[in-house]
Amino acid sequence: MTIQHFDVAKVREDFPLLRQTVNGHPLVYLDNAATSQKPQVVIDSLVDYYTTKNSNVHRGVHTLSQLATDDYEGARAKVKDLLNAAHDKEIIFVRGTTEGINLVAQTFGRQNIGQGDEIIISALEHHSNIVPWQLLCQERGAALKVIPINDAGELLMDDYEQLLSPRTKLVSVLHVSNALGTINPAKQIVEMAHSRGVPVLLDGAQAAPHMLVDVQDLGCDFYVFSGHKLYAPTGIGILYGRADLLESMPPWQGGGEMIRSVTFQETLYNELPYKFEAGTPNIAGAIGLGVAIDYVSNIGLDRISAWEHELLEYGTECLSSIEGLRLIGTAENKAAILSFVMDKAHPHDIGTILDSQGIAVRTGHHCAQPLMDRFGIPATARASLSFYNTKEEVDILVKGIDRVLEVFS
Amino acid sequence: MSNLGELYQEILLEHNSKPRNYHELDDFNCSADGFNPLCGDKVTIYLKVEDGTVSDVGFQGSGCAISRASASMLTQSIKGRSVAQAQETFNAFHVMLTEPGADLDYDTLGDLETLSGVIEFPTRIKCAILAWHTLLAALNKTSDPVTTE
Repeated sequence: MTIQHFDVAKVREDFPLLRQTVNGHPLVYLDNAATSQKPQVVIDSLVDYYTTKNSNVHRGVHTLSQLATDDYEGARAKVKDLLNAAHDKEIIFVRGTTEGINLVAQTFGRQNIGQGDEIIISALEHHSNIVPWQLLCQERGAALKVIPINDAGELLMDDYEQLLSPRTKLVSVLHVSNALGTINPAKQIVEMAHSRGVPVLLDGAQAAPHMLVDVQDLGCDFYVFSGHKLYAPTGIGILYGRADLLESMPPWQGGGEMIRSVTFQETLYNELPYKFEAGTPNIAGAIGLGVAIDYVSNIGLDRISAWEHELLEYGTECLSSIEGLRLIGTAENKAAILSFVMDKAHPHDIGTILDSQGIAVRTGHHCAQPLMDRFGIPATARASLSFYNTKEEVDILVKGIDRVLEVFS
Repeated sequence: MSNLGELYQEILLEHNSKPRNYHELDDFNCSADGFNPLCGDKVTIYLKVEDGTVSDVGFQGSGCAISRASASMLTQSIKGRSVAQAQETFNAFHVMLTEPGADLDYDTLGDLETLSGVIEFPTRIKCAILAWHTLLAALNKTSDPVTTE
């Protein structure tokens, strides 16, 4: 891998927000797992859309509507290529990961999961991959089963094997942990479930922006991610579903776009993917996502992964040498997330002191309270890195933590 | 931010490392739980109220330095005071953290003025105020947990 040729200074020029100062210091943005910054080309695409093409999609015969539809559907094709899906119609535009999971829970879930059935999730899950299934379980009389983890934050695969049973109707686990950075063995998870005929949803919110994802190679039945973590606008996300499953599922929301014909007696539903896209979609957001995908693809997700891994190794080494600091999440296979606690300072205080030096990190439970409970901690401070971060910024983080130690000496 | 020093003053850090009255009371007659869902801070306040006076007070919980110091200083400021005075202290504290530029009741606040710098950190006001809302709930003998949301 030729990561020495990764020109981080050059890519940083593409992100206007990174140029600002915060609290009198150059911004060091290390909260990329919460949301990523946007390259100028994505920002420009929104302005361009609203300036020159704004109109509704799939509706009018007029020119603007056709231009908007072309760009919107063009974005769908780009997502299909990004995920290496088999067909464009397997790509459903949703608001984000959360909406994608809720869509599956309320359509596939309601159709296939009943009294006494079981859904398997893991101890690593974000609340968005817990609560939709709890709601479904309450409604259907089903049960949620949880794959435990070891102290490094890795799934215990033998326990997973044990949990799979004839009652299991779905496995829904994250691909990469937002709180710890653990990269799950997604392909193995899918294979084990499929050998028992159980479909699998992968929550790719923290994976799609940082690594090559091939849904056909993974073999998963559903894959969800959010645009805003992939350098695209907020309010746009993707649900990938295998075409035969999507075909067999009932529609989710009713309204315009998702119908073929409506009478007061009966409605015929539209074909995929429109069956699941009721109402006017987030057209500008989808187009922005397409541009963001072009942007990361031009850099190369393999190169992005390699650079972020180098940052992770450097950051792990630096933070590990700080006395009284403990990294939470030390999986062998990890994305560039450094979650930590300190003996003398609460994560919230760490966050405030770092912010005073222009360093943005997330502090709290990271929408993963059961995971925090597993480690017996209320919260962590989390630095989550992106390809536009530098080793110098990791050094600034370390100096910032030194300041925390000074205050709490 | 130059205000960092005003936020993490010596007194606050000292209360954080050695919180006062940090224990459950053996014979409390009202208590309340407080929870900040944003950051996971938790606090429980125990009160022994006799003849309209807070004769003893204790607290337990987990949280950041600001929430812990605030709770510790709370216990010191209301111990031995009347229920009405405790209410007044709550009011004075609330004004200090939520009304920029307001005239402060320094007599009532006493050492609590140390926490005035928190107003410059909007995301941390909830940390400082959690114990105080919990106190109010305990005084009202409310059994439902209070939250800062």
